[in-house]
Amino acid sequence: MDISDFYETFFEEAEELLGDMERHLLELDIDEPDAEQLNAIFRAAHSIKGGAGTFGFDVLQQTTHLLENLLDHTRRGELALRRDIVDTFLEAKDMLHDQLDAYRNGAEPDPEAFERICKTLQTLALEEMGKSVDGGSDSAAQPTVAVEPKENAEPSVEESSEPAASKSADVAADSGRLSVALIDVSEKDRETLVEELGNLGKVLDQQGDAKRYVVELETNASRGDIEAVMCFIVEPEQLEIQTAAPAQAVVDSVAETQDTPSDAKQEASGGDPQTPVPVANKPPAAKTKPKANSNAKGGGGESTSIRVPVDKVDQIINLVGELIITQSMLDQTASELDGVSHGALVNGMSLLQRNARDLQEAVMSIRMVPMDYVFSRFPRLVRDLAAKLDKDVELVTEGKSTELDKGLTERIIDPLTHLVRNSLDHGIETPDAREAAGKSRTGKLTLSAQHQGGNILIEVVDDGAGLNREKLLAKARSNGLSVSDSMSDDEVWQLIFAPGFSTAEQVSDVSGRGVGMDVVKRNIQSMGGHVEILSRPGEGTTTRIVLPLTLAILDGMSIKVGEEMYILPLGAVLESLQPTAEDLYAMPGNDILLKVRDEYLPVIAVQEVLDVEKACTAPTDCIAVIVQGEGRRYALLVDDLVGQQQVVVKNLETNYRKVPGVSAATILGDGSVALILDIADMHRLSRTKQEARQTRLPAVSNKPLPFKEVEPS
Amino acid sequence: MTSTNSASVAAVEAHSSEFLVFSLGEEEYAIDILKVQEIRGYENVTRIANAPDFIKGVTNLRGVIVPIVDLRIKFHLDKVEYGGQTVVIVVNVGERIVGIVVDGVSDVMTLTPEQIKPAPEFGVTLSSDYLSGLGSLEDRMLVLVDIEKLLTSEEMAIVDHVSE
Repeated sequence: MDISDFYETFFEEAEELLGDMERHLLELDIDEPDAEQLNAIFRAAHSIKGGAGTFGFDVLQQTTHLLENLLDHTRRGELALRRDIVDTFLEAKDMLHDQLDAYRNGAEPDPEAFERICKTLQTLALEEMGKSVDGGSDSAAQPTVAVEPKENAEPSVEESSEPAASKSADVAADSGRLSVALIDVSEKDRETLVEELGNLGKVLDQQGDAKRYVVELETNASRGDIEAVMCFIVEPEQLEIQTAAPAQAVVDSVAETQDTPSDAKQEASGGDPQTPVPVANKPPAAKTKPKANSNAKGGGGESTSIRVPVDKVDQIINLVGELIITQSMLDQTASELDGVSHGALVNGMSLLQRNARDLQEAVMSIRMVPMDYVFSRFPRLVRDLAAKLDKDVELVTEGKSTELDKGLTERIIDPLTHLVRNSLDHGIETPDAREAAGKSRTGKLTLSAQHQGGNILIEVVDDGAGLNREKLLAKARSNGLSVSDSMSDDEVWQLIFAPGFSTAEQVSDVSGRGVGMDVVKRNIQSMGGHVEILSRPGEGTTTRIVLPLTLAILDGMSIKVGEEMYILPLGAVLESLQPTAEDLYAMPGNDILLKVRDEYLPVIAVQEVLDVEKACTAPTDCIAVIVQGEGRRYALLVDDLVGQQQVVVKNLETNYRKVPGVSAATILGDGSVALILDIADMHRLSRTKQEARQTRLPAVSNKPLPFKEVEPS
Repeated sequence: MTSTNSASVAAVEAHSSEFLVFSLGEEEYAIDILKVQEIRGYENVTRIANAPDFIKGVTNLRGVIVPIVDLRIKFHLDKVEYGGQTVVIVVNVGERIVGIVVDGVSDVMTLTPEQIKPAPEFGVTLSSDYLSGLGSLEDRMLVLVDIEKLLTSEEMAIVDHVSE
């Protein structure tokens, strides 16, 4: 097996790790960073570095290496966090992401960007480490003082555990003589290194050649510090640090590379989430226990999930779908049998049915991922945007564990991002404006998700200024949309979904170009969902997205037209009725309107749009199904309603092409294929068909047109 | 697997290839057997509205929705009937599975390169673009169809050319 077969796994893992890293960085309390979070960030960087090294992604490895070193110091409390440092880390994380993408696409990462980020990290390291190393030597002079508790904590944890023996050398070297061997280092670099070492302590002796150059050093700095500083110039493999003092030489027989100690430390400190970093005053015995526990937990956590390609899952779903179809075919046959003489069979069939449904449900749940997957990318966005817009915004997420089909989560991200941007840009006011309005300076943006029946409800709530009715109406007028002052609020809010609509007075680079909301709406509708807006002036705006839980199964209503069977998505069906001649109004151009209560709805005959033969043609003989698609209501004329059923959605485009008026297909209980109608597309198709040829429906009524505002169709 | 099978066969009979021979009206046509997935009867085809007449619709092939093309209509044959004897050849073209309706499948032929003559420039209904040659076999003449080229062509309207 070629190693490149594992690339994809690495990329996915690295991406997740970067996501974790970002989340932790954002959650980090700068003044009092949580040790566990710092460890988690460090671990993420470390794992990526390891993987990148294995697969030979050098640039990625080097960048993570630099970042890892800085993080290592941060988590050991040697580097005080500041907002700009976190920003640098975030920037580095973005860069890693870019590099990952480049490798994924089989390209080399941008060398300039690499150089830039390296320089930034190195500068940060040199500046900050210079400070902290000074601090370190101060405290080492009075080793009993608690300024350096982490250094002390390390050995105390490790002394009590088995593999600690060799590690203690790392820290035991705290003060004393070190012999630093530089292997294969060019003369120029060597000079820099020796100079660097001189900053850390006193160079006692230096000798050797380019192959192996040994520097004897008297220093208070730990080996880790020396390595951290040096490895900005040389690779860790080029470095050998040994304690020169004879007393310590016993434990230090192995020349360690920089990785090994940090692995061990990572285990020791990372494995124990409860223990804060400064643990020097705790008895060592107490420390080993939680460590062992959490290691066991950690091990268990890894084995509870497996990584499976989506197409394998889809294949299972497909097969289960087939099983259900076969089961219902059998069921039909069995139901014709005599229940008394075939009792066992009938019982078996009902058991099979139950099991098959359970299996289907279980399999479908594999595709479900928590909304956290979506929400987790917003803290960064909100943070960056708020800073850019000079606004104070607090992001609250609710219902992170609500589950949604994986395919949908990926598609909801873009529309949701747009809505969040809009809320930040147009919704939430500047701190001053908020104060003037009697609100707290910090705006609140809430992202929430919850289940409601077979749907998921996702809301973007801001406590900003709300939508401005007058402004929207004025804007709509100037855009040439037909509006009236008597429109309800809901209708006015819907205006923002019109193409090219933006009420922002100034186009910012955040939003306001007016190309957004109509796309948002279209995207969500293409997922079978819809968007609602609730807004109160001065109190804020809520955008509510309602989506079906999955795209793989659809609640459908089967209808019959002529001899053919079609499926309508049940979500689009409002009601059905038998039209009477009095309720039908003929319009010029062969259109027919159907009056349902106080509404006049355009009528579309399915048999006409889909050229079905032998279907009923007189509207009064048909059944009108009132449907809603893309915010438009109309009546579909069909021959008969057959029933409601859940259908497994099959893509037509796998082997064929997009069919106008049809969204997908499904397989019925008898094994035949039925097409699922696309409500919005049916309307378009009917338009184009009418324009293309002048077929006429029999005019049912000669009543004059009512002089009423008719919904534009 | 068919591919390994035919590979060994091909190794034995150097450079010759196997063709599935089917009839459309009076003519005999042949397609590369490696493209053929299976042969089945014509049943349960769901019509697709607003599609060209030679696309009969879609059918359920063990859970996969497969379009059915009637080559007899496409090639303007006079007699197009559907019955128990109507045969559908399921072929794999590119990434797609398509069923083609023919009058009958006769046999599998092995043709050597010498037996394959270049296709002459002819025909409006079947452009020579879609032919890979003519196979002459004693008294028979087989029209070798490049089924992949034919089915993925724009005029067959099976593949969405706009989106690809």
